[in-house]
Amino acid sequence: MGDRLFGGIGIALAAFFIWQATTIQESFIQDPVGPKTFPIIIGIILGLSSLAILLRPDPKPDWPAVGRLAEIGAAVVVLLAYAFALPQVGFLIATAVTAAYLSWRLGTAPLYAVAAGIAISIGIYVVFHLILGLSLAKGPFGF
Amino acid sequence: MDALASLADGFAVALTFQNLFLALVGCFLGTIIGALPGLGPSNGVAILIPLAFSLGLAPTPALILLTSVYYGAMYGGRISSILLNIPGDEPALMTTLDGYPMAQQGRAGEALALSGVASFVGAFFATVGLVFLAPLLVKVALLFGPAEYFALFALAFATLGGISSTNQAKAAFAAALGLGIAMIGVDGQTGVPRFAFGEVHLYDGIDFLVAIVGLFALSEVFIFLEHRGDGSGEGKDAKVGVGRITPSFAMLKSCTPSMIRSTLLGFVAGVLPGAGASLGSFMAYSAEKALVDKEGTFGKGDPRGVAAPEAGNNAAAGGALVPMLALGVPGSGTTAVLLAMLLALNITPGPLLFQQNPDVVWGLIAALFIANFMLLAMNIPMVGLFVRVLLIPPKYLMPIVAMVSFVGIYGISGSTFDLIVMVIFGVLGWVLRKLDVPMVPVILGVLLGNLMEANLRRAMTISDGDWTALFASPLSLTLWGIAIIGFVLPILFGKALKRRMHMAKDEPSATVD
Repeated sequence: MGDRLFGGIGIALAAFFIWQATTIQESFIQDPVGPKTFPIIIGIILGLSSLAILLRPDPKPDWPAVGRLAEIGAAVVVLLAYAFALPQVGFLIATAVTAAYLSWRLGTAPLYAVAAGIAISIGIYVVFHLILGLSLAKGPFGF
Repeated sequence: MDALASLADGFAVALTFQNLFLALVGCFLGTIIGALPGLGPSNGVAILIPLAFSLGLAPTPALILLTSVYYGAMYGGRISSILLNIPGDEPALMTTLDGYPMAQQGRAGEALALSGVASFVGAFFATVGLVFLAPLLVKVALLFGPAEYFALFALAFATLGGISSTNQAKAAFAAALGLGIAMIGVDGQTGVPRFAFGEVHLYDGIDFLVAIVGLFALSEVFIFLEHRGDGSGEGKDAKVGVGRITPSFAMLKSCTPSMIRSTLLGFVAGVLPGAGASLGSFMAYSAEKALVDKEGTFGKGDPRGVAAPEAGNNAAAGGALVPMLALGVPGSGTTAVLLAMLLALNITPGPLLFQQNPDVVWGLIAALFIANFMLLAMNIPMVGLFVRVLLIPPKYLMPIVAMVSFVGIYGISGSTFDLIVMVIFGVLGWVLRKLDVPMVPVILGVLLGNLMEANLRRAMTISDGDWTALFASPLSLTLWGIAIIGFVLPILFGKALKRRMHMAKDEPSATVD
């Protein structure tokens, strides 16, 4: 995706933003500007800057190969799963698994990655929960 | 002097056991964060804000902790510049030019010690400047009405891309994107939901801490995942010998004039909107090179070439606090992040801060002085320890960064929704970085969007809907003028300046200071 496509997406986003702004419900409380005007101004700036990007694009960035994109996509999925799992299974287990995954994907050998994940999870638990008293997600086992 | 009396009160606040301890912890963590390639002051402070917040620290101690981290990171950035030729953060870029050659000659220890002293000189005198300049600026700021504030916000956005910005369209895009994100949620003045798409979680708006941690910290993890194995994202081994770690008196003496000049330049660059620490160190280095480099030793391991950019960037870091505290408008990325913390603590920076919470302001400034001495003490004898920290490979570091980000955000709200939004911001941050869109304007937009709109609407209410009121006073006209010049200048000169900054170095830098 180069700057031309980026500019195009930006213009579409700006159009959507302005359209959404015009559908904002007016309230019975009124001021001279109202809740719509400022968002519409922002939408116009968004659109104009997107147009400028589209008309005068920078050189294309180096997008990673498909494999690397899939790598990042997988990491996003894992992190989202972590967000959902955190209140379900508790901090220690969820964090150990996620940290192990990330460490593995960043180049640690699998067994070491598992050890790293467990160490990171316990380390954070000790420092932030036991020492600093931060409340972390509690799972069914109470940790 | 009023300022000195207030400062004395500030020391009374700062010199408690807890605050001293927090300053020490902050300096230590900050130096490590600054030293680690890939973590700079902005993302370091960004990760720690939610933690400071969920630990329930009072405003002053929290601020002391985080500004110590900020100062510490500015000190720490030089370590990897000198030893590994990888700037720990963008302001440390210029330090690599002479620092790394010195290390190659086996004088790494000297370079580290000298740059430590230079950092101290820069930061110390910038903090002195802060003491005297901030109250003056406050007097000006008290004349500001809503129209002037609106113009001031416009100025901040127009100049935030920076003099070295290469593409102002992208800076404007980033600002508009951030402002647009700030519009999500219930409108504060009329109570109608905007851009919430019926999703209850969005009625409160997007929490800027979530956006900051996602954009700065998580996107870094994605960058490392992308570059795994190709060498560009990984820390090399520090094989360079450190050597003696005390600078000789003669060397200090020969560098003193350079340090003083660089401190002045850096401070001015820091105070000016949109310039920031990167430009401070760049200006300091180029000025010294033009002034004293008679034998052409700059770039080949000249100690003055190490002292100048370090004094310059640390002075700029102090200078950048002036507009942040006095006007509530940050001059750089990291001060934008610090502003986020103040807002999270329900403190609105600006002229009223000096009147309503003098203990916060002056306690903070006093803590900065103390932190400076701590950093000097820490950085000369303990530099070996920080050197060892550089050896933590990213494959262990990045999972820690990711997990601590989650802990911080979850600690504030305990909400899965916020975590998901944070991941989305992480991806957004990665895409924006790939497209070379600056992230600081996005953050500033999210932070200041609602304040900016409120000032606009207040001004319009006062003038009864007359839009010319925005340009009515000489003060607001001046601000608009600076804003326009600040936006247009980089279009004319930005590319040339950026090229010169990266002339010697073509490293992709993580985040703008």
